[in-house]
This record gives sequence, structure tokens and C-alpha cells, in this order.
Amino acid sequence: MYYFDHNATTPIAPAVLELLQKVQAEVWGNPSSIHTPGQRARQCVETARSQVAQLLNCDPKEIVFTSGGTESDNLAVLGAPQGHVVTTAIEHPAILGAAKHQADCTIVPVDANGLVDPEDIRKALRPDTTIVSVMHANNETGVIQPIEAISAIAREAGILFHSDGVQAAAKIPVDVRALGVDLYSLTAHKFSGPKGIGALYVRDGVKLNQRQFGGRHERERRAGTENVAGIAALGAACALPKPEVGALRDRLEQGLLARIPDAHVNSAGAPRTPNTTNIRFPGLEGEALVIALDLAGFAVSSGAACSSGAVTPSHVLTAMGLSTAEARASIRFSLGRTNTEEQVDALIAAVEKATARLRKLAPAHV
Amino acid sequence: MSEPPPNSLIAVAMSGGVDSSTVAALLQREGHRLVGMTMQLWNQRRLPEMQVEGATGRCCSLDDVYDARAVANVLGIPYYVVNFEDRFEETVVKPFVDEYLAGRTPIPCTLCNNHVKFDQFLDMADGVGAGYIATGHYARVSFNSESGRYEMRTGMDLGKDQTYFLFGLKQHQLARTLFPLGGMTKPQVRALAAELGIPTAAKHDSQEICFVPNGDYAGFIDAYFKERGIAREATHGEIVDKEGKVLAEHEGVHHYTVGQRKGLRIAAPEPLYVIATNPQTQQVIVGQGTDLYRESLVAKDVNWVSIAPITEPRAAQVKIRNRHEPAEAVLYPTGAQDRVEVRFLSPQRAVTPGQAAVIYDRDLVLAGGWIE
Repeated sequence: MYYFDHNATTPIAPAVLELLQKVQAEVWGNPSSIHTPGQRARQCVETARSQVAQLLNCDPKEIVFTSGGTESDNLAVLGAPQGHVVTTAIEHPAILGAAKHQADCTIVPVDANGLVDPEDIRKALRPDTTIVSVMHANNETGVIQPIEAISAIAREAGILFHSDGVQAAAKIPVDVRALGVDLYSLTAHKFSGPKGIGALYVRDGVKLNQRQFGGRHERERRAGTENVAGIAALGAACALPKPEVGALRDRLEQGLLARIPDAHVNSAGAPRTPNTTNIRFPGLEGEALVIALDLAGFAVSSGAACSSGAVTPSHVLTAMGLSTAEARASIRFSLGRTNTEEQVDALIAAVEKATARLRKLAPAHV
Repeated sequence: MSEPPPNSLIAVAMSGGVDSSTVAALLQREGHRLVGMTMQLWNQRRLPEMQVEGATGRCCSLDDVYDARAVANVLGIPYYVVNFEDRFEETVVKPFVDEYLAGRTPIPCTLCNNHVKFDQFLDMADGVGAGYIATGHYARVSFNSESGRYEMRTGMDLGKDQTYFLFGLKQHQLARTLFPLGGMTKPQVRALAAELGIPTAAKHDSQEICFVPNGDYAGFIDAYFKERGIAREATHGEIVDKEGKVLAEHEGVHHYTVGQRKGLRIAAPEPLYVIATNPQTQQVIVGQGTDLYRESLVAKDVNWVSIAPITEPRAAQVKIRNRHEPAEAVLYPTGAQDRVEVRFLSPQRAVTPGQAAVIYDRDLVLAGGWIE
């Protein structure tokens, strides 16, 4: 099986796995305990906190460990004061769902490339707006938003600004100071770490309302005994070299465009993360293509999975103005550190074969 | 059905129920390469008004997907949930609503077989490289080399026979469809399921129309229209006798079906039955039980299954409801191949426009169409 779905999750890196197992087995103390086993665990947690801080260019005390991207996003949006949320149509459901639980929210549209216009954010602000949340890089298209411009608008208005960096962290340079964000989410499993561990950057001085209640962990920002092994592994994953996949992604994109008639790159006109390409095969059924490729030994994705596991058209693509049929005809390929040129070439050949077979049926689907 | 060539890939439609699970296990035991698929047809949580507490075993519920996936895992076959919700809504739900409001009794299972299960699913199978599909329907298919046609016969278990809903299948569909349970009885299937170690062996059969799990069609239509923002005109009309004399009023012809006796709330010396409904005038016509009998019908949109269209009269048995004992009749060609006249040897009760008339020669399915 050749894996081209790294925006869904990544295989854990061997060095990270080794550390995870070692800490799980040996560092079993509670970081809040005053004795030696507890101190050892505390040390692991604080080492990792520094590693995460280094990745984001912030102070370690500005890092709050969470269970992952969803919790980080929820904590940011719901931890902000009760009020009006400004966010965008292409956010992850962890943001859109949380925004609906705030007092009120405005969903800002994107253009045909999937880019947010900072001026639209400015226009959406109200006197009762308490937080603006705009994702850094999109999971479906890889599009990188103009975060600096948007954060400047929020700062000027004195409103908290959060960015969901789950698909950006450890893929592109992230400097939270330069980005000007107050809050920034990441999760380990998107960059060769384990599932169930993530972090929220909380700029020094920003006060969030508590979302879960218990002990005084994480400077009273997130109650619950720390997932020590997960935290250590997250730190180790932050310290890995970034995957160099831009050339491979371009090879895949150019190969598919050259060999498959009508293939079209969604968001080609926007800056994108180097590991992601989202390609539309007009008239074809993406769901069938994903299954055909899986049976042929290639893991790719299309749209979003609903609770049953069936595919629903991507809300990101429809927000860009694609029709439902166009969204269903689109496939996301996302690369990672284990992919090779040989795998990419084999994938191009497999997509060519599968699309040719599907094309024969296409009229029946329209 | 022709025996699939060895090593050809078969797509099994898995609902999570015992029948389709057994199909997968059986074909696997025979050495076929399989891919299991569950068709997501309708989101059961879509209409808030239709939520039923504790209702289980309804089609497309998460429980069913869980069961189907568990069976696929036990068998070790690739498995996918495929999203056919759009097609299902267009080709099954909307016609169901239209037919119902027009005072006819729709048969969504037939529409689903014609437009989804043996059409879009077959395309999906094609798309993933599967030359054949297999389902848990109780029907048999074989190839007659003399006529050059694929023939369909009733399931050996007449209590479970589903040919009444399968008459729309075309030759190219029959050529690629396997019904491995057609030669078995339900008790045999359950025993085999237990023997094969299928986790769902004891699961109950599904009964109602899958997207209306509680059987409340009118409630479903109200909820569906509300969701779609369609204001329904209040419908009411008159209940009249055969001479046109007004006996009572009613709240819409869709509340009445031909043959219905209950719920008329009209005092009469003899029991009254609905003998016809007219959606244009919103009239419900009632009469005596004897008024319900018809000597003939004309079926339209006829699909000739096991034989070529007839050119001269032919004896047959005809079912006008799923639970109807096939009635002896003679078929007459009408000049159009997709219309046929059926003359019963003895008059039949409650011949209902919009229902299917399925034509048999003993166990052989000759044709089927919709009663005009």
C-alpha cells in the first residue's frame, strides 16, 4: 500500500515511536507529584514544551497541551469571551461546530482559489466580536491564508485572533510572533507523531475561559493529568526535519495533468503547502476513484467522511464555488516523508488507468 | 447469471442484515474475490420529526453499517460505504412523495432496484473493476441458451420471494448479477449464517420502507416538505358514491387507498370501500365490496424479463400486489411493446393504479409493468 493521504494522518516516525514506547514504559510518574518519579515525568513534559515552543518561535509557557486539534480549536473558540465569532467557510468542523456554540457567528466566504480576503474579515467585525479564527493552511487544498494581514486587522480592533495550524505546523515555517496570532492549534499526528496529543499556543497575557474542570494543570488552562508519553512524542515530532516533498508533489501534479485529459488543479492560483494537491477529474465520481485506487494499493481521499464512513462532497470545495458534482469529482493527494519518486510514478499510472475505466461510465453518473 | 470467471472481482451489496452477510460469506467460501459495499441511501437523522427512539435495524442506520463492516472484517474482505443519497432522493424519495400525494400507493423498493441498486451500484462496481454484483435477494437467474436470454425465477422460498420488486431488471443487468440465496429458504440461510460464523445470524428482518422506519408516510412527507421549505396546500375533498352523491368530506386523497375500508367514518347499511380516488378533483369514490373487482387491467412501462415481447395472446399468472396470490390470466398485446393488457379468468379485487403487475409462468418471471 502506497500512502498519499498524509493530511488525514501520518505514520508515526520510528524515532518518535521509540521515544513514545520508552516514556510510556519507564516514565510513569505523575508530573504533578513532588517526588522523584513525578519530577522525572515533569521533566519530560517540559522538554517537550520547549520543543513545541521552538517549532512555533514562542515561549514554552505559552504552550498548552491538549488531546489534539479538535480540543485546541474548541478551547480557543469557546475559551474566548462569550460573543460574536468571525470565521470562514473553509474551516475544519472543530472550528465551525464550536463557533455555532458561541453567542453568534459570521462565516466569511472565500474566493475561487479558496483564499480569504482580509477586508471581508474586517467588514464582518462587530462591536461584540470576541474572536476571529482563520485557518493557516487548508486540509483539502493546502491553501495558505494571509494570516499576517488578517491578524493585523484583529489586533487593530482589539479582538483575539486564532489560527488553526493543524495542516501547517511542521510543514511550512510557523512563527507565531511574525504571524501575529494570539492562539494557534496543532496536533502531533499530522506530522509523524501519535494521535491523541496536540497543543494550543496561547500568547502570554491572553486569558481563556476554562473548558474543562479539575486540577490546576497547564497553568489552569487545561485540567487533567498530562499524557506524558504523548507529550514527549509530540515534542520529538516537532524536532524532526520537515519533510521535503514539494518536488514530489509537483511531479505528481504535472504527471497527472499531462496524462489525464481535463484534469484540473483546484486552488492552483493560491499559495499552497508543499505536500498537498487537490485535483478535479471532470465528470468522474471521486468516491469510485478512491475505492478503485485503494483496491489497487494506493490510499488517497475525496471529500469528507460522514458518520457512516460514506463520502460527502467537501464543504471547502463547494465554498470555493465548485458545484456538488465538481466537488465529488475532486481527489486530494497529500504527501509525506515516506513517499518516493517510484511511488509517485506508480500512482500516476494507477490514476490514469482508473480514470480511463471510470470515464467509460461517466455519462451514467451525470 | 453466468458463472463468474475464476478470479473475477464481485461487489457484494452488504446491508448489514443476515441475507447479504451470508451472500458474502458464501461467495468467499467458493473462492471468489470480493469487495463489500454498503449503499448509504438516506440519512436517518436528516428529518428531526422522523426520529424514532430506539428504532433499530432500519436501512442505512449507523448500526447497520457497523454490522456490515464487522462482517467484512470477519471475512477479511475490503469494505466501503458508498454515498448514493443524491440518486436515491431523486429517483426514489421524490417519486414516492409525488405518487403518494397523487393518491397512488408507491413501491419505492422497485424504484430503488431499478435506479439505484441495479444501476448506480452496478456502475460503481464497474468503476472499481468488479465485473459482477451480488445481492441477498430471493430470486434466481439463469441463462437460456435457446432463447439467448437471461431468465429470472422466483426464489425457492416463496414466502421470501422478491421477484415482485425485481421485474425492472434488464438483460445487461441480469447478466452481471448474482443472487446466491435464490435457491435457499430463509431457515437454510439462517442455519448457513450460523455455520459460517456470521455475527448478524440472528438479526431480525427489516420490514418497513427503509426511509420511513415507523411507517408514517404522511408524517414523512410533512417533515420532508418542511425541510425543503415547500408549503403544502391544504388538501380536502369529498367522499362520493358511484352516482356522485356526496357522503362526507376528507383531508386529502393521499389518506386513502383502493380497497380501504377503515377510517371512512360513514354510516351505511353495507360496509363501504374505497373503489377509486381522483387526485385532480380530490374525490374519493366509495362503493360496495363487489365494486372493487376488475376483470382486466393494462400495464404500462412493461419490462420483458425472461421472454421477448409477446405478439399474440399468452396464458400467464399475474400478481398485482406483493402479497397477492398470482391470478390466472391471459395476456394480450396492445400494439406497443411496453404496454400489455391482462384479462383475468376471474375478477380480481382492488386492482390499484400505480401498483406493479408482475407476470409469471409458474416460477418464471415473464414481465412486469405499472398498472394504469
